[in-house]
Amino acid sequence: MNEKDSHPSGGEVTQPGEFGSTAVRLDQGHVVGDGGIPARFENPGFPPHTHRASDLSESGAKRAERAVGGLFILSILGTLGFVVAYFAIDKQSTMFIPGIGQANALHAVLGLTMALSLLGIGFGAVHWAKTLMPDTEEVEMRHPMRSSDEARKDFVQILGDGAESAHLTRRPIIKYALGGALGLFAVPVILPVIGGLGPLPGDDLSVSFWNGHQEEDGSYPNAPLRLMRDPQNTPIKASDVTIGSVFHVMPEGLLDLEKHVLEEKGKAAVIVMRLDPDDIRSQKEKDWGYQGIVAYSKICTHVGCPVGLYEQQTHHLLCPCHQSTFDVTQDCKVIFGPAKRPLPQLEITVDDEGYLISKGPFKEAVGPSFWERGSA
Amino acid sequence: MSTDTVPSGRPADRLRDGDTKVEPGPSAAARKVGGVAGWIDDRTSSAKGVNYLLRKVFPDHWSFMLGEIAMYSLIICLISGALLTLWFVPSATQVVYDGSYVPLRGQTMSDAYASTLNISFDIKGGLIVRQIHHWAALMFVVGLTVHMFRVFFTGAFRKPRELNWVIGTVLALLAAIEGFAGYSLPDDLLSGTGLRAMEGFVQTAPVIGSYLAYGIFGGPFPGEAIIPRLYSAHVLLLPAVIVGLFTAHIVLVAVQRHTQFPGPGRTNDNVVGYRVMPVYAAKAGGFFFIVFGIIALISALFTINPIWAYGPYDPSPVTAGSQPDWYMGAYDGALRLLPGWLEFEIFGNTLSLNIALGALVLLPLVYIVLGAYPFVERWVTGDTGEHHLLDRPRNNPTRTGIGMAGIVAYSVFMFAAGNDIMAIKLGMSINDITRVFQISLFVGPPLAFWVTKRICLSLQRRDRDLALHARESGRIMRGADGSFHERHDALTEQERWILVQHEPVAPLQLTAQVDENGVERPLSRKDRLRAKLSHFYFKDAVNPVTPAELAAAHHDGQQAEAIEAPLDYEGIDGRQDHGPGDGGHGADVDSQARGVGSASRMKE
Repeated sequence: MNEKDSHPSGGEVTQPGEFGSTAVRLDQGHVVGDGGIPARFENPGFPPHTHRASDLSESGAKRAERAVGGLFILSILGTLGFVVAYFAIDKQSTMFIPGIGQANALHAVLGLTMALSLLGIGFGAVHWAKTLMPDTEEVEMRHPMRSSDEARKDFVQILGDGAESAHLTRRPIIKYALGGALGLFAVPVILPVIGGLGPLPGDDLSVSFWNGHQEEDGSYPNAPLRLMRDPQNTPIKASDVTIGSVFHVMPEGLLDLEKHVLEEKGKAAVIVMRLDPDDIRSQKEKDWGYQGIVAYSKICTHVGCPVGLYEQQTHHLLCPCHQSTFDVTQDCKVIFGPAKRPLPQLEITVDDEGYLISKGPFKEAVGPSFWERGSA
Repeated sequence: MSTDTVPSGRPADRLRDGDTKVEPGPSAAARKVGGVAGWIDDRTSSAKGVNYLLRKVFPDHWSFMLGEIAMYSLIICLISGALLTLWFVPSATQVVYDGSYVPLRGQTMSDAYASTLNISFDIKGGLIVRQIHHWAALMFVVGLTVHMFRVFFTGAFRKPRELNWVIGTVLALLAAIEGFAGYSLPDDLLSGTGLRAMEGFVQTAPVIGSYLAYGIFGGPFPGEAIIPRLYSAHVLLLPAVIVGLFTAHIVLVAVQRHTQFPGPGRTNDNVVGYRVMPVYAAKAGGFFFIVFGIIALISALFTINPIWAYGPYDPSPVTAGSQPDWYMGAYDGALRLLPGWLEFEIFGNTLSLNIALGALVLLPLVYIVLGAYPFVERWVTGDTGEHHLLDRPRNNPTRTGIGMAGIVAYSVFMFAAGNDIMAIKLGMSINDITRVFQISLFVGPPLAFWVTKRICLSLQRRDRDLALHARESGRIMRGADGSFHERHDALTEQERWILVQHEPVAPLQLTAQVDENGVERPLSRKDRLRAKLSHFYFKDAVNPVTPAELAAAHHDGQQAEAIEAPLDYEGIDGRQDHGPGDGGHGADVDSQARGVGSASRMKE
C-alpha cells in the first residue's frame, strides 16, 4: 500500500497488478474491454473479530458480572417496593412529582416501582448478553423456500389419487351435492346474526322527540312542546333570552323519560340563540324564530357531533369534531368545513305564559346524511 | 485413551490403563433439567424441534427490534387486558355513581363508565393496569407501524416474504380497529363522541347506510347494545384473530429465517448472527422486560385518556378538541379536509361522499395499497428471485421515494385531525390551517417523493465516490517531481463491500416489435405500462462501482489524489488529470463493461 506514497509519476500505464498489462487502457477514464477484471466485487468475508473488555481481562468480566447482578438486585428492590407501596399508601393520597405536578401517590409509586422491577431484569439480561455471552457471529446456511420437485409432484399426486380413490372425480352427484352443502351450511349460523342485529330504521331517523309520541296508526301529533333547559329541565321565558345568550335545549318531557333518554337526546338536542333581528339575513329564519330568538338542531349535519361552540360576535356555530362552521345570520348555512347542509331550524314561538314553545317538529331529518333522507 | 487421568500409584490401578476416560457427568442442575425435559420428551418427542429452535441463528440490527416492540406491546395488552376484564362491566345500563371520585358522585352514567371510574379510583393498582393497557396499545400500533416502515424501506417484503407482509398489513388494520373498539368501551364523553362520528360514517354508506347503522347499534344511536358488542369484539373476536395471525407471522419468520443487512461475509444464502441460546434468549427476553418497564414508567408519569375528566357520554354536550387516538387520526383528518360539495342529491337520495370517502373508503384503501405493493413492485421490476439480503433504502431510490410520499400523505391526514389544537396552540386561523392541509395533500407527497429520491441518488453517488476515491485525508503529499496531491485513505475491503454489494439495475426494455419472421408482434397495453413503470423505477439508477471502474479511477486520479489502494489494484495508476468524484463517468464505464445498452443513463 505504501508504494502509493511514492508515485511513479512519470510513467505511462503501469502494470495493473494481477490482471495483465492490457487490462485498462485509459481514455478519459473509460475502460475498454474487461481485461480479466471481474464484473462485480467479491464478498470479502468477515472482518477480524474485535474483543470486548470482558473477553480480554478477568477484571472486565468481573465488572460485567457485578453490573448484571446489581441490575437484577435493583429489580428485586423494585418488586419489594411495589408490595410495600400497595399496602402502605392510601389510594386517595397525592404527591408532587417534579416536572409533572400533583399526582395520585399510589398510582405513581406503583408504576415507578413496577418499572424498576421490570427494567432491572430487562437491562440486566441485555447487559449480560452483551458483555459475557458469546459475541462471535455464527453462520447458518439458508435453503431455498421451494420444496423439491419430487415433493411438489408428490403433493399433486396424493391429492389426485385421493380424489380418485374417493370416487370424487367419477361421481359428480357427490361432488356437486357436497359443494352445495358446504356452500350453504353457514346460512343457519349467519341468518340469526343478521336478523337479530337490530330493528330496521323505518322513519326513525327522520323523526325526533319534537314530533311527539307516535300514535297507534303510526302518525305523530306534532303538537307544540315547550323548550326546556338542558340539564335543568326548566322552561325558558322569551324575556330571559337576552341578545348574545345561548341555551342548550331539550323538548318538554324528554328529560323525564325513564328509558332511551340518550337516543332521544341524540336527535332532539337544540341550541337557542338570540340575535339582533337586523343581523338576521334570512327571512325564513326570522319568520321561524321569535323576535330574533332562533332555535337550531344541535346535531351536526356532517357526522352528528353536537355543534356546541357559539361565537357571539360573529354569530358562527362551530362543530368541535370537524370544524364545520355554520352562520346563524344566514339560516345556519355552512360557511366552512366539511358539512354540506345547513343545520335544520326548529320553528318556535311563545305560549300564553311567555315560555318558548315549538310550533311543530323539525321539517327534515336532523343529523348526518343518509341515503334515503330525501331532499327537504 | 489418556492415562494421565488414571492414577497409577497402586498396582491394581494399572489394570485400568487403556480404559476410556470416564466423561464427567452432567451437573446436578443439568440432570434435573434433563429429567423434566425427558419426561416431556418421552411423551412428545419435542427435543429435536426445540433443539433446532434453540440453535437458530438470528441476525442482529437495531431496526429488527421494532417488530419486537410491537410483539411485546401486544403481549402486554393481552396481560393487562385480561386483568381489566375482572373489573370492567360492559354494560350501557344507566346507574347512579356512588364511588370515591367526588366530582361525579350522584351522576347518572352507564355501568361501563362507572366501572371504569372504579378501576381508576377504587381498585388499588387498577389505574396503573388501565394506563399500561392504553399505553401498550398505543405502543403496539406505533411499533408495528415503524416496523412496517423498516420492512418497506429495506425491501424485506420481497419474495419469499410477500405473504408475511400481507399478514402484517391485515394485523395493522385489525390493530387499529381493536384500538378503536377498546377506547370506545369506557363510554365517556370523548369516546362516545367518537362512536357518534362512527355512526355518522356508517350512516352515509350508499343505499344501506341507515340499515347498517341500526344493525351495528341495535337500533337508534347510542342504544344499549353497542358497548357489549364492542366488548365481545374487543376481548374475544379481534384478539383471537390478531393472536392467530401474529402466530402465523412469527412462524413464517422462523421458517423463512430472518433477513439480514448486507455486509462482509453476509450473502443471500446465509444467516449471520447469534444463536437463540443463550444470546437471543437473553437479549429478546430482556427486551420484553425493557418494553414492559418503559410502558410502566410512562404509565406512572403520564396520564392517557383521563376519562374522569370527560364525564359520562351524553349526545348533547361535547368537549372542544375532540380527537381519536392517533392511529384513527388519519381518517378523522380526512373528514376535516374533504369539502362539503362532495355531498350530492341523486334522484331524491343523498350520497355523502364528503364523509364516505374519508371514513369508509380511505381506511380500507390504505391497507389495500399497502398489501398490494410487493406484488406491484415485483411485476414492475420483473424480479422473481428470493431476497434475504435487505436493501439499503438509498439503493432503491424510487421505492424509498414512494414510501416517503405515502408517509407524507398519511401524515397530512393525521395531522389534519389536530387542526383545531394547532389553531389554538399556535394562535392561527383554523381556516388557514385547514386550507394548508388541503393543499399539502396534493403537493406534499409528490414533493416528498422527489426530495427523497434526490437524496437517495446523491447518497448513492456519494457511496460511489467513496468507493472510487476513498476518504480525503486532508494530508497533502509532495511527489518526487515536486507535484502536490492530497492523500486519500484507502477503504478496507470490508468497508468498501457495503458500498458496492448491491445488484446493478436497469429498466426493462420492450422486446422487438417484429419477430424473426418479420411479422409484427402487437405489444399489449400491459407490456407498455410495465415498461413505462420499469422506466420510472430505474431510469436514473446509480449502479454500484465495479472493479474495472475502481481500477480506472485509480489510474485516473493518480495525479490529483494519492489513493492508498488495497493490494489488489495497487499497481494501477496514471496521469489523467481527470476530476475525481464524478460518478457519472463511472456509470458509463459500468454499462460499457457489462455490455448493457442503456446508454442514455446518467449522461451529464
